[in-house]
Amino acid sequence: MNIPKNLKYTSSHEWVRIEGNTVFIGITDYAQEHLGEIVFVELPEVNDEVTKGAPLAVVESVKAAADVYAPLSGTVSEVNEALLDNPELVNQDPYENWIVTLEISNPAEIEDLLDPAEYEKVCEQEE
Amino acid sequence: MKKTPLYDLHLAAGGKIIDFGGWALPVEYEGILKEHETVRSAAGLFDVSHMGEILVQGPDAEKFLQKMLTNDISTMQDYQVYYTLMCYPDGGVVDDLIVYRYKPDHYLLVVNAANTAKDFAWLKEHEEGQVIVTDVSEQYAQLALQGPLAQTILQALTATNLNEVKFFRFLPGLTVSGIPALVSRTGYTGEDGFELYVEPAKAPELWQAILAEGQKHGLKPIGLGARDTLRFEAALPLYGHELSPEITPLEAGLGMFVKLNKADFIGKEALAKQKAEGVPRKLVGFEMIERGLPRSEYEVQKNGKSIGHVTTGGLAPSLKKNVGLALIESQYAQEGETIEIVIRKNNPQARIIPKPFYQKRYKKT
Repeated sequence: MNIPKNLKYTSSHEWVRIEGNTVFIGITDYAQEHLGEIVFVELPEVNDEVTKGAPLAVVESVKAAADVYAPLSGTVSEVNEALLDNPELVNQDPYENWIVTLEISNPAEIEDLLDPAEYEKVCEQEE
Repeated sequence: MKKTPLYDLHLAAGGKIIDFGGWALPVEYEGILKEHETVRSAAGLFDVSHMGEILVQGPDAEKFLQKMLTNDISTMQDYQVYYTLMCYPDGGVVDDLIVYRYKPDHYLLVVNAANTAKDFAWLKEHEEGQVIVTDVSEQYAQLALQGPLAQTILQALTATNLNEVKFFRFLPGLTVSGIPALVSRTGYTGEDGFELYVEPAKAPELWQAILAEGQKHGLKPIGLGARDTLRFEAALPLYGHELSPEITPLEAGLGMFVKLNKADFIGKEALAKQKAEGVPRKLVGFEMIERGLPRSEYEVQKNGKSIGHVTTGGLAPSLKKNVGLALIESQYAQEGETIEIVIRKNNPQARIIPKPFYQKRYKKT
């Protein structure tokens, strides 16, 4: 299981890459592996405002639909439209193929994210 | 969870095990979409040992089954297989099943795993005359070998000419790779293929022998995930989705398996009445016009008014389209009609299309 050291995580299996006030968000290798082949991605609209913990996007495999929750509060600045026609990109490289970017509104929330070692423990407990 | 005799082999082959109605079974090995394609283009081997088997024997067996089942059992020949429904008096479905006739006083019913206990109790409750009903599920493991190359693979393992096993026929005494098996030309994928019933202790050996022979033809083990997408594309009903105590066979479009001209059977009166009056709901196929992935239980609307629900939906892998089956009010059930599928906060449009989505490729001659 691949858990890059340079990212932050949530217990609901999102990863977060922080670049100043902009954060890139996707689902982890563990999440894509457990979902199986992804066949559909539903994206939010640019400029949608989201609060931490609220549904942000939906990733669907043949067997299940999984909500992607906002790891941080903010405004959607970009959505990865390549996933609309090629949702399988999330399986192929879940860390390269981010789902949305947010301009975050409350940087203090970053403190609540998990570091890679903490996230690895979450995954181990779920196995 | 209950385990089939093949459980250890599924684990060794990398099967992702899930709890399927109390059974530990593989949902996939290498991926549902890949496995789906394997069955459509070559052949796949399924462990369906969870299915229930009920033996009905005795001089009054035919008469008893005529009362319990909707199809006309009296027209069956020896070694023939019928698909049929078993209904409640109100026309709702107890189960859908296949019947194997050995002789007029000897039948084997193959029923949905999750319904085995319920079906057995229902049959026992209505037992009359000289009939013995026995749950023999523990005596059988069941494998399904499905796909255009199924016959080529199986033929290499048996001396019996498989052309003798015609569509919806069976032979009880085949020897496959030295193992005695009941073999029928039946299945649940829309492809040609066979189902094999064997003694549980012999199942692992048979499984491995078929996989070894089939390897050069591209045969692979297939999980329950692809079993579902395969049957869905072929619009084969799944109990709990297209059929239930609240859905009649006529609503589900299975009228050809309900013989209203035969003598009395449980549900006949209600079904005859429904046929005469017209069914209130119909099962239709639809494809998405707007973006959305339809799933079971999603509401269906017409101009904002609820008219039914999706029974099964998703990606049809062979068509690369998002399609579904829906049970909707009959007045909206015309081909070409647009409907809306309620998906979270969106109501994307869909269009009613003919079913099945995938033309079945049975070998019927």
